[in-house]
Amino acid sequence: MHELPVTESILNIVLNHAKNHGVKKVLAIHLEIGELSDLEDEWIQRYFDYLSKDTLAEGAKLKIKRAPVVMECKSCSRRFEVNIKDLYEMKCPECGSIDCTLVSGKEYYIKSMEAI
Amino acid sequence: MDDIKLIEVKEEIFSDNKQMADGLRQRLARDKTYLLNIMASPGAGKTSLILKTVDLLKGDFRIGVIEADIDSMVDSKKVAAHGVNAVQIRTGGFCHLDAAMVTKGLNAMDLGGLDLIIIENVGNLVCPAEFDTGAIKNAMILSVPEGDDKPLKYPLMFTVSQALVVNKIDYLTTEDFDIDALRTRALSLNPDLDIFEVSCKTGQGIEEWVDWLRKEVEAFLA
Repeated sequence: MHELPVTESILNIVLNHAKNHGVKKVLAIHLEIGELSDLEDEWIQRYFDYLSKDTLAEGAKLKIKRAPVVMECKSCSRRFEVNIKDLYEMKCPECGSIDCTLVSGKEYYIKSMEAI
Repeated sequence: MDDIKLIEVKEEIFSDNKQMADGLRQRLARDKTYLLNIMASPGAGKTSLILKTVDLLKGDFRIGVIEADIDSMVDSKKVAAHGVNAVQIRTGGFCHLDAAMVTKGLNAMDLGGLDLIIIENVGNLVCPAEFDTGAIKNAMILSVPEGDDKPLKYPLMFTVSQALVVNKIDYLTTEDFDIDALRTRALSLNPDLDIFEVSCKTGQGIEEWVDWLRKEVEAFLA
């Protein structure tokens, strides 16, 4: 639902880096977005295509890697991945505790970009 | 042909907003003003809870309210009628508030002298969860008619909130809303969540919620 401001941020950051590196064209952008985010990959790309017209990043492909939900057990410190559909039956595979903290799954990160 | 270069970017998409939100928290710490962000879906009872809270706390603290709405002034008028400083932000179609919009709202208020500012975020369980407003704490409201399955559908909102107010508890019948299931689901996402069962209509549970907020603000001002 809020793909537009997200896409705007991505474009601004990318154009900034493009300028600093003196590139001619941005071909692809690698993003890492947590599984807990509701963003739709397809819509981010559509908004990006719209916003990036006539910029160095026009036509760039967004390559989105989803970061898994990872929890850490508060009792035994074991870290484990949780499928988002199983969040509610989640418990530590080591000691069975349900008292865990979220360590990953909320990422919103631009890793790198490919450019010429 | 030009070689393709791989350029490391390594930046948070929301780094601008995050920086602004952190800056806002520093300013609030200096000014000794506690900022609470309230989030919920439309109709869950955000304005009603704020009015109840304001009525019970206005003897203890100087309170301000920031109302966000896509395009109306209805809520700020209601709040101002309860004798507190209210500012309306019209987001103009935006589905959430971010730190820049909140800063604008705060600038429109006389911050010096306010102990507590409550933000009523845009009615929506998705987008507001993604944007740090600069608030000291986040509270969300879930009303009984919305169903006990909401943590399954909007997990992020439950992980970014420190308090969950279950409103319209007077609607509770064991058949269609399982409060224990809600607690389990919410706490498995966020074990530190404080949960309050209230009814803004009957007043049930309001004291407990207000006590939580009073202690929060007192600790912040101390």
